[in-house]
Amino acid sequence: MLDKNGIAQRIAQELQDGYYVNLGIGIPTLVANYIPENINVEFQSENGVLGMGPFPFEGDENADLINAGKQTITTMPGAVFFDSATSFAMIRGQHVQLTVLGAMEVSQNGDIANWKIPGKMVKGMGGAMDLVASAENIIVAMMHTNKAGESKLLADCTLPLTGVGCVKKVVTNLATLDIKDGAFHLLERAPGVSVEEIVQATAGKLIVPPHVPEMQL
Amino acid sequence: MAIKKVVANVEEACRGIESSMTLMLGGFGLCGIPENCISQLVKLGVNDLTCISNNAGVDDFGLGLLLQGRQIRKMISSYVGENDEFERQMLSGELEVDLIPQGSLAERCRAGGAGIPAFFTPAGYGTEVGEGKEVRMFDGKPHILESALTADFAIVKAWKGDEAGNLIYRATARNFNPMMAMAGKITIAEVEELVPLGELDPNEIHTPGIFVQRIFQGNSYEKRIEQRTVRPRN
Repeated sequence: MLDKNGIAQRIAQELQDGYYVNLGIGIPTLVANYIPENINVEFQSENGVLGMGPFPFEGDENADLINAGKQTITTMPGAVFFDSATSFAMIRGQHVQLTVLGAMEVSQNGDIANWKIPGKMVKGMGGAMDLVASAENIIVAMMHTNKAGESKLLADCTLPLTGVGCVKKVVTNLATLDIKDGAFHLLERAPGVSVEEIVQATAGKLIVPPHVPEMQL
Repeated sequence: MAIKKVVANVEEACRGIESSMTLMLGGFGLCGIPENCISQLVKLGVNDLTCISNNAGVDDFGLGLLLQGRQIRKMISSYVGENDEFERQMLSGELEVDLIPQGSLAERCRAGGAGIPAFFTPAGYGTEVGEGKEVRMFDGKPHILESALTADFAIVKAWKGDEAGNLIYRATARNFNPMMAMAGKITIAEVEELVPLGELDPNEIHTPGIFVQRIFQGNSYEKRIEQRTVRPRN
């Protein structure tokens, strides 16, 4: 089974040379720690920076320089700042090649819910609705089940949607799955996880091929 | 000669702001927020406000200060997660909240300032955000109609500004400020450094002064950091 860093490490394998990438808050942010060697990618943060670098050294924090998670950051050589309208022009205009974000629920049709629990929690969608509506290549990074042990991979989302039919790939603590033709397709097992465990933890329609390889990290 | 926009202080800058008005306030989280004007709004005690701002501050800073005093009737934002008082007022129904996707919020402000009454976007289709909105297909994909936003006053924060109201922002403190500056009937700019005409390179200006009606040099910027994340030196 993977921890959060393991999920991020697996997703980092999807990065390709020359990609502009938007990483959401939480597990997705960790993907930046596992960029494969000898490829160049640039990270876009929707609050207005392309070319994000690592966190600053202690004492070098700049209140005017943050990411979309409001964390203090640095920039890489070649970085650029821009306003929010330009930022979402990059996103809506499909100039960003990969979007990684977290989710509360994902459905077998590729619907995603991650912004609201009616009557309980309303944080808002931030940039997630713009991202999922336009991005060609969306990977969801999340735990396979919620804190109550219930599957987050469902036939239909029960929570208010963030976007419809947009998620193509999910990486969880248990598995890598594709979403196509109205079903989850099991691609890989996390280290030490059996196909049976994944089947048990997946409420939506799951297609299991005869041979399911273990992830190579 | 350039048309000068300088006012003496925050009191003059905020003159004419009244209860029940619609205000736009720049900033992302606590980054690039007009701290001086927010303090002045608290002092003025205006209430029943509609505030358009990406976030709602934190409990004791930024727009959170106006929420504490129940000065805001309605918030139009994209993300409000860091504010307990906000969530309490929203869930109890005291505060009306219109949550809209961040890119749509930015574009609605830009449209408001650019004379575009509405536009189609894919963001929010098939969700609560799209309910009741016109849907049209473009290239086989559904889009929803979003309308422009304007405000009685837009209040923005910049790094440097000149007497003509030309503005330069610093790093990610730019965010929503340029679009909101365009969309105010009256736009107030507070700047960290107010310089004479000719000091700013026209090539480097982010917001042309035509969008700004009042500019003043703010003071005592706290510039609070919301999430201080660092790495060790060794």
